[in-house]
Amino acid sequence: MKLIQSAQVGTFESSDIMILIDPADMGTGRDIELDSNVILQYGDDILQSIHKILDKYEIADVKMVATDKGALNHTIEARVEAALLRAMNIQKGTLL
Amino acid sequence: MAKAKRKNRRSMLYIPGNNPAMLQNGGVYGADCVLLDLEDAVALNQKDAARILVRNMLQNVDYYNCEVSVRVNHISTPFGLADLEEIVPLQPDAIRFPKTESIQELAELIRIIEEIEDKHNLPHDKMKIHAMIETAVGVQNVYQIAAYSKRVDAITIGGQDLTADMGIEKTKDNAGIDYARKQIIMAAKANGIDAIDTVFADVDDEEGLREETLYAKKIGFSGKAVINPRQIDIVNDAFMPTDEEIRKASKIYRGWVKAKAEGLGVFAIDGKMIDAPVFARAERVLEIANVDLNTL
Repeated sequence: MKLIQSAQVGTFESSDIMILIDPADMGTGRDIELDSNVILQYGDDILQSIHKILDKYEIADVKMVATDKGALNHTIEARVEAALLRAMNIQKGTLL
Repeated sequence: MAKAKRKNRRSMLYIPGNNPAMLQNGGVYGADCVLLDLEDAVALNQKDAARILVRNMLQNVDYYNCEVSVRVNHISTPFGLADLEEIVPLQPDAIRFPKTESIQELAELIRIIEEIEDKHNLPHDKMKIHAMIETAVGVQNVYQIAAYSKRVDAITIGGQDLTADMGIEKTKDNAGIDYARKQIIMAAKANGIDAIDTVFADVDDEEGLREETLYAKKIGFSGKAVINPRQIDIVNDAFMPTDEEIRKASKIYRGWVKAKAEGLGVFAIDGKMIDAPVFARAERVLEIANVDLNTL
């Protein structure tokens, strides 16, 4: 699947995560910048949830900034999925 | 076969579909039902994100004993079909359909739902529909709407939209929609289904909420939608029978069982005639109060 535009989903509210993604050049891989106040405890879990959705949509190259406010896994997965669909122009969102 | 126990629907808590904190905690507040809202509580440019979030919540969050319904967008909007495609395969207890105006619309909704269910090998009789009446046309057609399908097992009134549609102000005494409320109740009762009252918008006015809920109970509503967890206990309490009502119902129930054993159809308690309708009302009181009939 191809990302064709920037997209943003989520909020800075508690229990949410803000996902910003930009398309990246082919071969550059997944560049994920994660900020979370529970990064020491759950950083690996959050990244695992993000990668799970990137794998599902077969995204090899992406730039992502994720700012977590204590979101549960299913919220993280929902936000990443919605951001990808917006970036693929499958669903319309805030940056369109 | 034992009579199926009717589920209490005293309080129905609206939860905005794009708010993870509220969605994940929705089951702990004590509401009889939670209503995950993809319609009015979600901004137009967040419909896609909310739909995916609600889908994931339905798959992962335990709402304990709450009845779970999802308010989708109307099928005439660009969001309604996509909502149904995501939500129907998960079979929440009910889909709440906003601004129901006619049985033609309801037929189209059911056709879409059943098509999605067929695609996923799901039965057609599990997930119910709660039809919201929010326009003057909807009120006019509510009898047909309530009778149209077995899937419709509750009729609800949306007071804010209805007053807007009527071009009147929504006042605290709900004078403008009183006729509509009673029409909706009669349509629901005529078809043996629940009627659920509209929200009380002033979260800080607890006494006003209590009064309005007691009135709703008096005219026949089975429950009321709430917009804040603080409103749940007040609404649940108002719809619960009082101790006196429970005592009286217990007495009637015991008397009825005894009379039945003696082959009597009508008998008296404290000089008042007890017949089948009085017994049915007493039985419902005990059911709402969760009284185990075997203990009486």
